Amino acid sequence: MSNSKPLDRRYIFLILLVGVTLPLIFPLGLKSEVSDLARQVYKLVEETPTNSTIIISFDYDPATNTELQPMAKALIEHAWKKDQRIIAIALWPQGVQMAEQAFADIMKKYPDKKYGIDYMNAGYKTGGMVTIQAMGRSFKEVFPSDFKGTPYEEIPMLKNVRNYNQISYVISLSAGDPGLKQYVMAAHDMYRVKVSGGTTAVSTPGFLPYINDQHQLYGLLGGLKGAAEYEALLGIRGTASNGMDAQSVAHVLIIVFIIMGNIRVYKQKKSKHEKK
Amino acid sequence: MSQFMTIFGVWLGAFFTFSIFSFLYKDNPFYKLAEQIFVGLSAGYWFIYTIYSILIPNLFGKLVSDFNGNLILLVPAILGMMMLIRLIPKLEWISRYPIALVVGTSVGISMLRYTESDILTQMTATMINPFGFSSKVEMIGSIILILGTVFCIMYFYFSRKQEGVLGVTSKIGIYFLMISFGASFGYTVMARISLLIGRLQFLLGDWLHIIKP
Repeated sequence: MSNSKPLDRRYIFLILLVGVTLPLIFPLGLKSEVSDLARQVYKLVEETPTNSTIIISFDYDPATNTELQPMAKALIEHAWKKDQRIIAIALWPQGVQMAEQAFADIMKKYPDKKYGIDYMNAGYKTGGMVTIQAMGRSFKEVFPSDFKGTPYEEIPMLKNVRNYNQISYVISLSAGDPGLKQYVMAAHDMYRVKVSGGTTAVSTPGFLPYINDQHQLYGLLGGLKGAAEYEALLGIRGTASNGMDAQSVAHVLIIVFIIMGNIRVYKQKKSKHEKK
Repeated sequence: MSQFMTIFGVWLGAFFTFSIFSFLYKDNPFYKLAEQIFVGLSAGYWFIYTIYSILIPNLFGKLVSDFNGNLILLVPAILGMMMLIRLIPKLEWISRYPIALVVGTSVGISMLRYTESDILTQMTATMINPFGFSSKVEMIGSIILILGTVFCIMYFYFSRKQEGVLGVTSKIGIYFLMISFGASFGYTVMARISLLIGRLQFLLGDWLHIIKP
């Protein structure tokens, strides 16, 4: 083994492809434990009173659709289950369409929810942290109309919304900057509004320090696993839960490859040592 | 017609997915085609989006139809024009002023917020009484949190040679850092596999209808 040629990496790609495809076609039904981080997000939504107004910020684009869209759908469903009113905003331009798509999907389960009363889409605003700070002073100044151009005054659910004081919590679904970090810094640390969120798995470790006794963040949904955990808490099986079997198989394969690679390096070192 | 466009869009998506994945075998014309189209489309998309979603609603639209003597709107308009003067080599220096303003404002805002959120609040969150927790798990967790923070900072203390107590503590700090890098790597792997899962869900669901989309 030590003198053999290195394995062509294309075989690894092929094995991974097969390993991910098969569980998608033939689900294994593997169980996924729910983490404390997901429970904290769930608790925040669950314990917020009925008729509260909340913000979900769609700070991502189709590139991270797989990880963040299932979170968006699960969070909208949970908020509507609790009869909370949702203001959707976007710090990323394509977040507007992502929000529309998520609302349209959940509307199939909640056909009685009405635009302008139970939810609204304020649209995209450039500016990142400055925009979040400005919302703390006046929501109307930042979003004088919704994404279709309907003036602020004509949207019934915004009648009593002036700034963060009328918002129960903010959830940012974030694929980078601007996103969750800016909400922690501006919305929570300046205006003390409760902030939670979901991120792509790549950026999840960077947000973990914000979950502390200062409550800079109320829980966190990390990647596809976080979305699947939230679906499990809601008792639904969505795209995230369906993808977790494939994810688990891929992780096992990668661990096997790492072990094989290390054994190979160990044997190579040993044979070199013996030759000396 | 709309149904045809939807199906056509799905087939187009499948074609480009395969074209991009074909690079895993080796570089080829299909990959190059998909790459070039992606770059061109992105540039065109952002150009139009900037005009219609940022410039027109925030500036041009207001200047033309809703000015009402709102002189403040002229400030970004003039700064924007100063920025564009960069295209004239002789007057390029004028663009430095709006750039300086943007950089200065961004630094000012970020410095304040980062100091509060990433330094002061984080320090406060570390100043906890580990023995004040009711459960042993929380107690051990908070002790690890405090020790990990202190040891990692020790590693980044470069004003003294890292030997003796400082050497031992900074060495432990390295282990804490290594564990955190390992965790980050694990999350990165998870994210990349998620992207593959997303594409396969599209191919098997929306395109081939083998699984439920």
